[in-house]
Amino acid sequence: MTSFPYITLLTVLPVAGALVLLALGERNKNRVRWSALAFSFAALVLTLFLWFHFDSASGALQFQELHPWIPALGVDYRVAIDGLGLLMLLLTSIVVPIAICASWHIEERVPLYFSLVLLLQACLYGTFTVLNFFHWFIFWELSLIPAFFLIRLWGGPRRASASTQFLVYTMVGSIAMLLAFLALFLATKKFDLIDLAAMAQSGQLMPAVVAKLAWHRFTPQHLALLLFAGAFLGFAVKVPLFPFHTWLPSAYSEAPSGATVLLTGAMSKMGLYAFLRILLPIFGAQMQLVLTPLLWLAVATVVLSAYTALAQKDLKRIFAYSSINHLGYCLLAIFAVVKFTGADAALTAEKYAAMNGVLLQMFNHTLTAATLFWFVALLEKRSGGLRGLDDFGGLRKVAPVFTGLMGIALFSTLGLPGLNGFIGEFLIFKGMFSLTTWAASLSVLGLLATTIFILGILQRVFSGPLNPRWSAMPDLTAGERLALAPAIGLMFVLGLYPQLILGVVDSTVIQMVQHLQF
Amino acid sequence: MNPLQGYLLLSALLFSIGLAGALLRRNAILVLIGIELMLNAANLNFIAFWRYGPVPAALTGIMFTIFSIAVAAAEAAVGLAIILAAYRHSRTTDLDRMDSLKG
Amino acid sequence: MTWIVQNLWLVPVLPMLAAAICALMGYRHRIAAASLAIGSMAISFLLALCAFAHVLGSHAGNGVQTVNVPWFQVGGEWLKLGWMLDPLTSLMLLMVTFVGLLIFIYSVGYMAHDDNFTRFFCFLALFAGAMLGVVIANSLLLLFMCWEVVGLTSYLLIGFWYAKPEAAAAAKKAFVVTKIGDLGFLLGMVWLYEKTGTLLFYDGGAGCLEHSALAHLVAQATILGLATSTAIALLIFCGAAGKSGQVPLHVWLPDAMEGPTPVSALIHAATMVAAGVFLIARIYPLMSVTASGSPAPSVALEVVAWVGATTAVFGALIAVAQFDIKRILAYSTISQLGYMMMGLGVGGVAVGIFHLITHAFFKSLLFLGAGSVIHGCDGEQDIRRMGGLSKSMPITFAAYTAGMLALCGFPLFSGFWSKDDILHAAHSWSISQAPFYMGAFGALLTAFYMTRQLYYVFAGTSRLAELGRDSTHLSDPHGAAHHAPVHPHESPAVMTVPLVILAAFAVLLGFIGTPAWPWFQSFIDGQPASFSFAAFYGFGILPVMLSSALLVFLGLALGWALYGRRPIESAASSDPLAELQPQAFSLLGRAFVVDALYGATLVRLNTVCSRISDWLDRWVWNGAVQAVSYFVLALAWLDNFFDAAVVNSGFDEGCESVSRGGQALSLLQGGQVQSYMRIIGGALIVLVLFLLWGTKI
Repeated sequence: MTSFPYITLLTVLPVAGALVLLALGERNKNRVRWSALAFSFAALVLTLFLWFHFDSASGALQFQELHPWIPALGVDYRVAIDGLGLLMLLLTSIVVPIAICASWHIEERVPLYFSLVLLLQACLYGTFTVLNFFHWFIFWELSLIPAFFLIRLWGGPRRASASTQFLVYTMVGSIAMLLAFLALFLATKKFDLIDLAAMAQSGQLMPAVVAKLAWHRFTPQHLALLLFAGAFLGFAVKVPLFPFHTWLPSAYSEAPSGATVLLTGAMSKMGLYAFLRILLPIFGAQMQLVLTPLLWLAVATVVLSAYTALAQKDLKRIFAYSSINHLGYCLLAIFAVVKFTGADAALTAEKYAAMNGVLLQMFNHTLTAATLFWFVALLEKRSGGLRGLDDFGGLRKVAPVFTGLMGIALFSTLGLPGLNGFIGEFLIFKGMFSLTTWAASLSVLGLLATTIFILGILQRVFSGPLNPRWSAMPDLTAGERLALAPAIGLMFVLGLYPQLILGVVDSTVIQMVQHLQF
Repeated sequence: MNPLQGYLLLSALLFSIGLAGALLRRNAILVLIGIELMLNAANLNFIAFWRYGPVPAALTGIMFTIFSIAVAAAEAAVGLAIILAAYRHSRTTDLDRMDSLKG
Repeated sequence: MTWIVQNLWLVPVLPMLAAAICALMGYRHRIAAASLAIGSMAISFLLALCAFAHVLGSHAGNGVQTVNVPWFQVGGEWLKLGWMLDPLTSLMLLMVTFVGLLIFIYSVGYMAHDDNFTRFFCFLALFAGAMLGVVIANSLLLLFMCWEVVGLTSYLLIGFWYAKPEAAAAAKKAFVVTKIGDLGFLLGMVWLYEKTGTLLFYDGGAGCLEHSALAHLVAQATILGLATSTAIALLIFCGAAGKSGQVPLHVWLPDAMEGPTPVSALIHAATMVAAGVFLIARIYPLMSVTASGSPAPSVALEVVAWVGATTAVFGALIAVAQFDIKRILAYSTISQLGYMMMGLGVGGVAVGIFHLITHAFFKSLLFLGAGSVIHGCDGEQDIRRMGGLSKSMPITFAAYTAGMLALCGFPLFSGFWSKDDILHAAHSWSISQAPFYMGAFGALLTAFYMTRQLYYVFAGTSRLAELGRDSTHLSDPHGAAHHAPVHPHESPAVMTVPLVILAAFAVLLGFIGTPAWPWFQSFIDGQPASFSFAAFYGFGILPVMLSSALLVFLGLALGWALYGRRPIESAASSDPLAELQPQAFSLLGRAFVVDALYGATLVRLNTVCSRISDWLDRWVWNGAVQAVSYFVLALAWLDNFFDAAVVNSGFDEGCESVSRGGQALSLLQGGQVQSYMRIIGGALIVLVLFLLWGTKI
């Protein structure tokens, strides 16, 4: 507790960066861009420092800072990370430079744009490290503000409705969640997530709630389910889970591509993180009660989103639905894990696999989806904003490097072995198959549809006769190649050596699964 | 009827005429004249009560009256000056049209 | 554990490295790319030879040598990958590297004028690496990964001439159709992983193909009364069927001929499509396991045999009525793959794999010969417009004929021995005789359609100049440059030398597996081979052999009767078979309308599903959200109305009355001092009167 407050420093760093950018002013746009990139790299370096000093053999919370804040309300300033938090920090730190690179061509109100990006980064860091619900909720909600303005001010033609829908929809979910947690607080006088989880595991939480909040109409079980539903709604909207996903395609497609990178790369992980950090430990038993409908929803998320992607014409909407599809696999695995609780060794091994798969998939999705939206940004820059599936054709002829690199990212999306997408999906399927066989078998349809629409993109945008309109389209410049190379390289590295991630999160996963016995 | 009563009646008559003038006339100067009349009625009372009072030897009534006349003169000067200023401002001495105190 | 086993991973990794370097190189480094790919392949071939020698040396007893390495950690346990060396692997390595090397060399000539020469060798090398990875994998997971990469390279190479919409569509189709099978494979794999806890094939007794795991699997029953082992085996067979073009997943293979011809030879004839057969051979212990004491073959193998037999006949029938030289060979490949599957199903690993090896040689020979023909005819692929090439392309003709005879199963050629092995096994199958008759019918058809093709292409006079060439038949863009009348010409040595080498193998390779000296079969099974002519007389071999030879002669004669007796005069004249049976011929020509059937059912279903889910998304789910938001808006409007009409108007009324009162009162305050004074005066009078009145009382 007396150690250096690395995590706080990490959270404050982007805020400082945002202020500096605002102070730099509008005059020299390139200086603003490079400063933003420098700050994001500083954060990345700090995250890597944490990564290398993290004790991966232990699943315990590390780098903890704990200071009382409002003792009367049980609010402490408590930040710490375990493997899950560390992974989230890393993916945020990776995705922000990508977002900044993908926003390089923004010309209006440049300082404001990049300082909003950095603010969002700070909120994400906060969300992924804070362990007290009070502060956690503040960060969770605060992150909406920069995201809202990024869409509202720099978005596409229908940005007004998209941004409002995004803000209101997620806000409604959050309010339901806030109510649920206020109820928990009333009953237990605790806001600390770890304490609440410990109470839930020892079976004291819900009796305490029932004793305090015994409304005459509700049985204890129904009361617990009601609270679960509130919290669930907040997170399900964020992830999103079918059918709470309708804000996502319009938000993703209307946002400027750089902001979409952030939305899909980091903000969508907030929901999953909340599932893993909050919902699973605290409401695991309730989740188990309504497991079958939840699984159906997740299967629907996977299959329907993939099929819907098949019918889209706009590249960004396709990738938006593809994002929903990939996050759906994570949710499926999370739900599958609570199906059996107990110490059965064989099933425990499956749960380890599924959870490891979830974490890996989260990271991979961030990397892949962020890179794909980056490519869309590059394509939009060349085409003057066009990004329809039928607007192009034969681009491989004029832009072979672009095609090759984007092809790698696309194949990573469809889970080609050797690239990063595969192992996560394999582990998820491996774990899920024995836990919930039918759900796993149904959701392979999602894989098939994904294959079809990814190949459809390759066929219609890059193959065929060259559309004469684009005969002068420039290929990637040397700078762009250099910027893309680390992302593409990381796809190969993680595809061939997933131990890089799994080695760090495995202990955390073991601990999470072992705590999941009620 | 002793002489005091006569003086008092005269001064009451003067006061009433002055009051009526002050309250009813439209012209500011005539209002001022009315006010002077009321003042003079009061002076007459001073003199009458002093002359027919218990100690006529002391010159208190005369003193009051002289003092009061001096004050009245100063007041008339100031009042006329105000009226003049008001006239310059509004080009009239008609009091009905001077309602800038209206809320 | 010797050096070669420890370092067997080099065999696939070298070509992959070459591919990676080629990928990073510029487009102009053509020679460097080709020599890198060919060099890496040559080294791999040498390593494969070492491996083969090693297996040959340590023959008896220890069949499988494995090296397993940890890969990543899940739940505290390491997931391991590994490679293995056994007779099957060593033979496949030898075949893939050797055929691959020859085709690489051939490609230098064939692709000489292509702009994307460097990419071509990059993809080819990547393919070779992945294929070799499939062969040496000792883990189903590693095998699956390489398997998918093989599929990727197949996709890339089919769509190599990406500017052609047909090529792009064919590439997508190939990937999607094989992916359908691979999904079954994936499910089978995770199921196997769950049940046995490992995906290593052999792991010192703990592997999933070893006795304890199999006994565990076969003891459990699952849906429909199948043993778990059977269900898993069938799921994995889905993957094999997709890759190996078995009915009903064969539709991608003919379209795959849009790729350059060396690709068709290497990937879609010799190696990749055989990967499915290899997979079944690799997991043969799982496929064949039955409850102890049950004499019948396993259900899984039975399915394999039936699917194989169906495919064999199906492919051969369609090949009869095709006109594209490569499509004939493609359907022939499908048919031959069916034979291999049937061989695995009815006979065993050795039977199927023997045909796989011989087929790899003679079919790649045929494809390369076809490529040479196409090259010589400047891109023409329609056999109706060829003819007379035996004079202008003698080397190609000789090699092609050798390959054709081997494929037909002409006695003493390699195909004869391997196909006969399959037919013999089918003849003695305990379940049914039907596969034998189907196979025999297929053999007849094979001899027939190959004769037809040979006469069309090489006999008679050239019909190339006829009929104004229409560009839709120009699959290879060789002829695109010049439109002058074409004179067929022999291909350069870099293309003919591989042909001759392959032809030699096509003729002679069969002798390693004759009934008299079944070296191949014994090698696979890990037993010493013995030489005896007496074997011809045992187990009904001779009658089967004679009858199949008879069928081949019959097929050749039929082909001669229809196509050879009267030379084909013009490209426009209709096919003699079409004159005999126009309806049947057109049905076969349209490949039993399977494509159209899929287009009308599955593809349309898929489209409809996507439309429906899009519609649901747009109108139902989004509509629900919109409805909620409109509901909220309506509430807000209602609230606004209430505010404006009820609350506000009441409040306004109150304010109004206060204001009116104020106005009334403000009349008093006229601003005129006199009126104030009047009031004061009045009040004074009233007060005085009041006081006076008071004093009176």
